[in-house]
Amino acid sequence: MVVDSLPDETTDRIFQALADKTRRDILVRAVLEEQSVSALARHYEMSFAAVQKHVAVLERATLVTKRRHGREQIVQGNASTLRSAAALLDAYETLWLERVAQIAAVLTEEGDTA
Amino acid sequence: MTVVSTTTDAAALTLTVVAEFDAAPADVWNVWEDPRKLERWWGPPTYPATFTRHDFVVGGESRYFMTGPSGETPRGWWRIDALDKPTRLEFANGLAGDDGEPVPGVQPAAGYITFEDGGGITRMTVLTRFVDIEQMETMLGMGMQEGMNQAVGQIDALVAPPV
Repeated sequence: MVVDSLPDETTDRIFQALADKTRRDILVRAVLEEQSVSALARHYEMSFAAVQKHVAVLERATLVTKRRHGREQIVQGNASTLRSAAALLDAYETLWLERVAQIAAVLTEEGDTA
Repeated sequence: MTVVSTTTDAAALTLTVVAEFDAAPADVWNVWEDPRKLERWWGPPTYPATFTRHDFVVGGESRYFMTGPSGETPRGWWRIDALDKPTRLEFANGLAGDDGEPVPGVQPAAGYITFEDGGGITRMTVLTRFVDIEQMETMLGMGMQEGMNQAVGQIDALVAPPV
């Protein structure tokens, strides 16, 4: 498994960005479909400025990118940053599946000797 | 044994594994509580774990090391945060240094485990919550990757048994 190491500073920003529930929600929406800040803002009971602030935090963490399209700011999820996290989670998933198999072996052996 | 589901959430940095065992909740609980049983499954086959301390009470701590194929001994620790025998367990799992003690500044991962009685079957749900990508990399760097890779084929067979 190859995981690109991220500089510490970036990692801190990613963590801070993901610590907030609204920002995680914004991120998921932006990953599924790129959309404008105003389209995102419609989903939340907070001001446009507040949503814009959340987007800025995600942008600094390299989790999303922002570009201008006319008068709109389009937000797009950054797949490669998320992929680093996903690859690591996959590795842990494999580890836990293996642990589960070993637990089953311990329990089976126990059942046999009982 | 059946793996019911595995779910990963890359945004929230959580992993959830649900498995069912043909055993009573007390028996499944016991493989966590009894350090001699715990060390038979916590480390991958090529990295067997040895628990030198396992204080299985709320606030209690554990110390363990694993022995790799080249004789390397990555170390780790646990702290039990909640415990409700035999239905619920919460613990922190972190990286330890050569002295066996927690490495300062490296945050532990949080594990939330539940055991549900299904009448002869126990459903175990393991939710692991990580702090950040750096932490995940550090903990994986404990040398467990090789062992995990070896077991993939074996696990695939278990997850999808031949018809």
